[in-house]
Amino acid sequence: MAPSAPTDYHPVVLDRPGLQSLIDALVTDGRRVIGPTVRDGAVVYDEITQIGELPGGWGDDQGPGRYRLRRRDDDLLFGYAVGPDSWKRFLFPPVSTTWRAEVSREGVEVAPPAEVPRYAFLGVRACELAAIAVQDRVLVQTNYPDRDYAARREQALFIAVNCSSPATTCFCPSMGTGPRVGSGHDLALTEIPDPAGSRFLVEIGSERGAAIAARLATREAAPADREAAAAVWSGAAAAVSRALQADGLKDVLVHNLEHPRWDTVASRCLACANCTMVCPTCFCADFREAASLSPDHAEQHRTWATCFSVDHSQLHGGSMRWTTRSRYRQWMTHKLATWHDQFGTSGCVGCGRCIAWCPVGIDITEEAATIRATDGLTRLPAGATP
Amino acid sequence: MALALPADVRPADAMVPVPYRVVGRARETADTVTLSLEPVGSPIVTPAPGQFNMLYAFGVGEVPISISGIDAGQRVRHTVRAVGAVSQELCAAEAGAMVGVRGPFGTDWGIDSAAGGDVIVIAGGIGLAPLRPVVHELLRNRRRFRRVTVLVGARSPEELVFRGEVASWQASARITVRTTVDYATAAWKGDVGVVPTLIERVTIDPEVTTVMICGPEVMLRFTAAEVLGRGVAAERVRVSMERNVQCGVGRCGHCQLGPVLICLHGPVFPWSRVGPLLARREL
Ligand SMILES: Cc1cc2nc3c(=O)[nH]c(=O)nc-3n(C[C@H](O)[C@H](O)[C@H](O)COP(=O)(O)OP(=O)(O)OC[C@H]3O[C@@H](n4cnc5c(N)ncnc54)[C@H](O)[C@@H]3O)c2cc1C
Ligand code: SF4
Ligand code: SF4
Repeated sequence: MAPSAPTDYHPVVLDRPGLQSLIDALVTDGRRVIGPTVRDGAVVYDEITQIGELPGGWGDDQGPGRYRLRRRDDDLLFGYAVGPDSWKRFLFPPVSTTWRAEVSREGVEVAPPAEVPRYAFLGVRACELAAIAVQDRVLVQTNYPDRDYAARREQALFIAVNCSSPATTCFCPSMGTGPRVGSGHDLALTEIPDPAGSRFLVEIGSERGAAIAARLATREAAPADREAAAAVWSGAAAAVSRALQADGLKDVLVHNLEHPRWDTVASRCLACANCTMVCPTCFCADFREAASLSPDHAEQHRTWATCFSVDHSQLHGGSMRWTTRSRYRQWMTHKLATWHDQFGTSGCVGCGRCIAWCPVGIDITEEAATIRATDGLTRLPAGATP
Repeated sequence: MALALPADVRPADAMVPVPYRVVGRARETADTVTLSLEPVGSPIVTPAPGQFNMLYAFGVGEVPISISGIDAGQRVRHTVRAVGAVSQELCAAEAGAMVGVRGPFGTDWGIDSAAGGDVIVIAGGIGLAPLRPVVHELLRNRRRFRRVTVLVGARSPEELVFRGEVASWQASARITVRTTVDYATAAWKGDVGVVPTLIERVTIDPEVTTVMICGPEVMLRFTAAEVLGRGVAAERVRVSMERNVQCGVGRCGHCQLGPVLICLHGPVFPWSRVGPLLARREL
């Protein structure tokens, strides 16, 4: 189903009770509404039914190796940037069953794939829509699509919310992915601050989105609403301070595989894999037999894997990447260089999660910039290995 | 947002194993067996020499194994060396046992592109497994090719796979076959030394020669260097690569070697593609 161009629809305005009606309508449609909520000192994504569960009045302070919730001086519902969670947890769950089968001497009976949940995602950021588009490239737009992902993805409804308060770790503009939502949404909300309770400018991105909006008590957007929303967009764009110079970076990185900076970063990196767990595009997975008590039952699970583990590249003779240097280099060059070769897109959307959640504050933008600035350096002594 | 599925999506889920039955089991060496497999229901697509299947030992796990024989009908052969949990279980599978097969995956040796010229097949150890269907094809259509040379190496005479068959290729005199071992026994009649040393004694007409190599990675590097040194273009030197392959379809991320995914863009590559990548440590 090709979505109609967003310009076919006029933006409308929804107030806070209207947002609750939106959630109610989605629930009525049999959808599980997943949205932001505060838990364990962070904004995480979980099932919600009430707007009271949204992070009202919460913002975040982020920096390299740093994430803290802070009280805002207003009561915006979506006044944070991004937390450790991403929608990947729902579209590409940390553990999922690939297939299960009963095996006997007569044959193998494969169970039909399980039904997937019908999700509605509320509060999706522009960079997150971009990350989902990246995962689509990897997992669906291939000759061998991941059926579970494709099914979840196709069912899901995307209600985006434009960023108002990017974190210092965000660098979406330089990756061309945000902060303004451009495509991929069914509805895109902009939260307009108002002392009497924020309201939302609703842009419609698809027929599905239009059908839902038609069921809500909305009014036509007035010029004042549009101006207020535009101020949110430009304010967000102006608030992004970090950047990654992406042009030509692929060539710079592949020509600097022996750069001494890889040793420097390896001396800090703990190979803890936090960066890959929080990244919304990382797709590496293990496909393993799940332990079973019955000898006739076989089951395969797909679980998140990480290129920071030694056994990621394990062969029976040993690991192909035995140093942290080579594993960090694999991660970063994959994101920013070889992802282009493999999937025709960058593997990084500039969400900044890996920067904030790295326990030692390693910053992908800083690493890339340093290598670019010192292009051509090689480690000394040549050929030395730990 | 709408999701565009590619038009030529494979009909069945590529992750679901197709049931096959072990119908034959031949011991090659102390740790290696060749299994003959027949489908219980519908078969997989007929593989091409060089491609691999994912073999599932139900209850244990799944590993990539090259196709070592493509028989008339629907039978496929796999030659497995027991090195760990899954390969041990596969090697122990008796006739009648069920295994899962997914595939065929990956690139093939491109035998057709070698027609009209010379072919040199070079194998180290179990590396002869994916090259065996190549030799079968060369013998079947012997007149499509000029000189055909097969060089086979192993650590010791006991570790040579397809021993009887190699001897029969040698005896047929339709192709040149040379064998070498690192450590000889008194009864050994072939050469002694690593595979690359055999190449010195092969006449190579670089303009028209295609070389196909499979073996341990060090062997690939030394052997490729040797034939490149004799003037064969890197595009005409093909190697089959091994990496950690868990899905076989480019989705698990384990088999990356810089820009390439071994399972999807390989396992057979021209040296011009992977030579520079293999020169990088820990890529
Ligand atoms: C394209 C290709 C073709 C191959 N063809 C053959 C063949 O014809 N005959 C043959 O005997 N062997 C072949 N191999 C090697 C074979 O796949 C490994 O020996 C086998 O995977 C080892 O698994 P294991 O569980 O028995 O061993 P273990 O060493 O116990 O494996 C432990 C774990 O290491 C990982 N692992 C180790 N090696 C590999 C690997 N290559 N791929 C994925 N995971 C790995 C797995 O996660 C596994 O669970 C091929 C490999 C590739 C990539
Ligand atoms: S690499 Fe870092 S900044 Fe880029 S998408 Fe992944 S987590 Fe976000
Ligand atoms: S870069 Fe940071 S988050 Fe990633 S593995 Fe290293 S220490 Fe962990």
